[in-house]
Amino acid sequence: MAYTTSQPQPGGFLSRLGFGGKARSKKTAVAAEEMKRVQFTSPVLPYLFLFPQLAVIFIFFYWPSVQAVSSSFYLEDPFGFGSTFVGLSNYTDVIFSSEYQSIALFTAVFTVLVTFLSLSLGLLLAVKADRVIRGASTYKTLLIAIYAIAAPVSGLIGMMIFDQHVGPFVKMMSYFGWHMQVGLNYYDTAFAMTVVAVWKQIPYNFIFFLSGLQNVPVSVREAAMIDCRSGMRRFWTVILPLLAPTAFFLLTINVTYALFDTFGIIDVMVKDKPANNPVTLVYKVYADGFRGNDIGGSSAQSVILMIVVFVLTIFQFRFIERRVHYN
Amino acid sequence: MTMIKKFSMAAMAVAMSATSSLAATNITWWHGMGGRNGEVINEVSQKFNASQTACALTPISKGTYEEALATGIAAFRSGEQPNILQVFDAGAATIINAKGATVAAEDLINNAGYKFDRNAFIEGVRYFYADSKGKFIGMPFNSSAPIMYVNPQAFEKAGVAVPKTWEEFEAVAPKLKEAGFIPMTASQLTWQFTENFFSRQNIQFANNNNGYDSVVDTKMNLTDKNLVMMFEKLKAWSDAGLYKFYGASWNDNQKPFEEGKVAMWIGSSGSFGGLQKTASMPFSADFLPYWSSIKGAGTNTFIGGAALFAMAGKPEAENKCTADFFQFLTSPEIQKFYHQATGYVAITKAAYELAKKEGYYEKTPVAEVGIKQLMLPSGEWSKGYRLGFYPQIRSIMEREYNKIFSGETTVQKAFETIEKEGNDLLTRFAKTAG
Repeated sequence: MAYTTSQPQPGGFLSRLGFGGKARSKKTAVAAEEMKRVQFTSPVLPYLFLFPQLAVIFIFFYWPSVQAVSSSFYLEDPFGFGSTFVGLSNYTDVIFSSEYQSIALFTAVFTVLVTFLSLSLGLLLAVKADRVIRGASTYKTLLIAIYAIAAPVSGLIGMMIFDQHVGPFVKMMSYFGWHMQVGLNYYDTAFAMTVVAVWKQIPYNFIFFLSGLQNVPVSVREAAMIDCRSGMRRFWTVILPLLAPTAFFLLTINVTYALFDTFGIIDVMVKDKPANNPVTLVYKVYADGFRGNDIGGSSAQSVILMIVVFVLTIFQFRFIERRVHYN
Repeated sequence: MTMIKKFSMAAMAVAMSATSSLAATNITWWHGMGGRNGEVINEVSQKFNASQTACALTPISKGTYEEALATGIAAFRSGEQPNILQVFDAGAATIINAKGATVAAEDLINNAGYKFDRNAFIEGVRYFYADSKGKFIGMPFNSSAPIMYVNPQAFEKAGVAVPKTWEEFEAVAPKLKEAGFIPMTASQLTWQFTENFFSRQNIQFANNNNGYDSVVDTKMNLTDKNLVMMFEKLKAWSDAGLYKFYGASWNDNQKPFEEGKVAMWIGSSGSFGGLQKTASMPFSADFLPYWSSIKGAGTNTFIGGAALFAMAGKPEAENKCTADFFQFLTSPEIQKFYHQATGYVAITKAAYELAKKEGYYEKTPVAEVGIKQLMLPSGEWSKGYRLGFYPQIRSIMEREYNKIFSGETTVQKAFETIEKEGNDLLTRFAKTAG
């Protein structure tokens, strides 16, 4: 199976983030030390190899972050003629704005919904596809193919499916008495956005879950089969814990997806006019900064967003990763 | 296929004319237009490059209006600004209040040795991109007015006349509904029923002379009883099935009219080119209706669309070329060409007369409606507004208008919210500009 190679290596992914250190034994660290000495003749060389990556991180992450933090304390004329130090007033203006609060609430609900639905549906499809014997690769290809669609394109497809005038989904629903008005009714738009965002993310989760399932040893499965007849119970008690590293990795990725990568979908679906439609915090940063030219306010929002992501990541690794067992 | 061919040929011609004249002074023009309108910009540039040898103009599309402004600003901050930047109506305050970012179009043209004549421009065009004393800061480019498109079949079937005023609309709308039509849709309530409501009814929009005189303590007059009345009427009409609101998206409101389901649609004079291709039935157009019960109403509207700004910090020779191009652009022949190719209005009287003389409006009377509306007598408050952070203020309006029609808020409350949040933004803007 070609998919087995795409199994994520949670240990690698996590230690890259600096979180998996405790699992490594002293012996391997020493071995690595020796290896390093063998491979690099000059002490400068490893840093030279690291340089491009560090440069990218510095130029595209740290530098803009520092700029965002500093301009969030100023009110600035967009052309850069004058800026006034205003302390924390950009932050207080944002936090106490009722519009910002409702956008934050929507973002939270949207993130939870999209993460939960795309993870559970991806898992369900993976479990089912794992059992298929005849035509397995056709099913898998069909399920995975969606992942190749770019976010704005899927937004466009969503927009057509949910169009007020010609959308097939809207027409179908009107037979059941639900007169959807995406773009006008807040909840209808929220529904459409969630569906498109979930639909776009399912294949990604599917690929990882499927490869995770295929890594569950046959011997374990057979042993479980002898112990327990109920397939459902076997799944919850044996298979799912073995999938936990994959699931945790996907949880992190999906939360990030719902918070940030759905921007393209939202931008296309609100058709340039958010009006009373739901948008996420990232969209608001864009709208105020790039369309409204309010640099200070928009920077303050992006700093808030950075803090949220920071806290969320710490929370995930502190409290959820503890329950995950690798190997 | 032919369009792609045409487009690439135009692009090539522009590129070639830019490179072939090596001795010429190169100037750049960043704009926010796509599709057919973008092609016409290339054609205009080509005509300019062919008309003389001293200057070579290269137009570059930067996406949408908002993207063009955002990239223009970013470029200015790093000293890479183009010679000419197209800025849309809602962004006017942003660029005009940034003193030192632009060279006033009028100064630019006078410095180049031409004589700038404000009176050559038609009435509704003169003030929107000018300062409070009437000096042109931006050069009006693609200009449009909100007008009413009419489906004559609907009126024929209902046996009623096309309304000139909202009072007349109230009288005929039930009959249009009985005849099986949606009496009215409208595509942009912020522009058509708010900004231009103030100008068509001749009511003050904001203090400080509608924001023209100063940014300090500028406050909007959005709880004006006439404006509230207009939206209460819209809501009542919507409840009675006499008006249908499809949200803030322009096209969602235009589509039912194209399909022949709607008797009248409030659109833009610039919509007419596209509508000729998409409308499934013959259509005509008329002025944006007004309330005859409001004293002094019936004045002209001001231009929407966008203007061209000459960016500061460029060498004298390049500024001369920019001035040459502005002169070229406002010449009657080019104005007429642009007017006919895009559907945007001609901005000078001479161009209008030229098109008229050639019998263009006899063939296509719809093309004349916008110009005529801009040429109506003006009032004290009909020349437009100058308000900072206006794109965000429009977003607040769009949000609250949606809520009005979905029944989440009342008209009075919606306008109180818009006025409060909008005025807070104006206060913020005053701080950034100060």
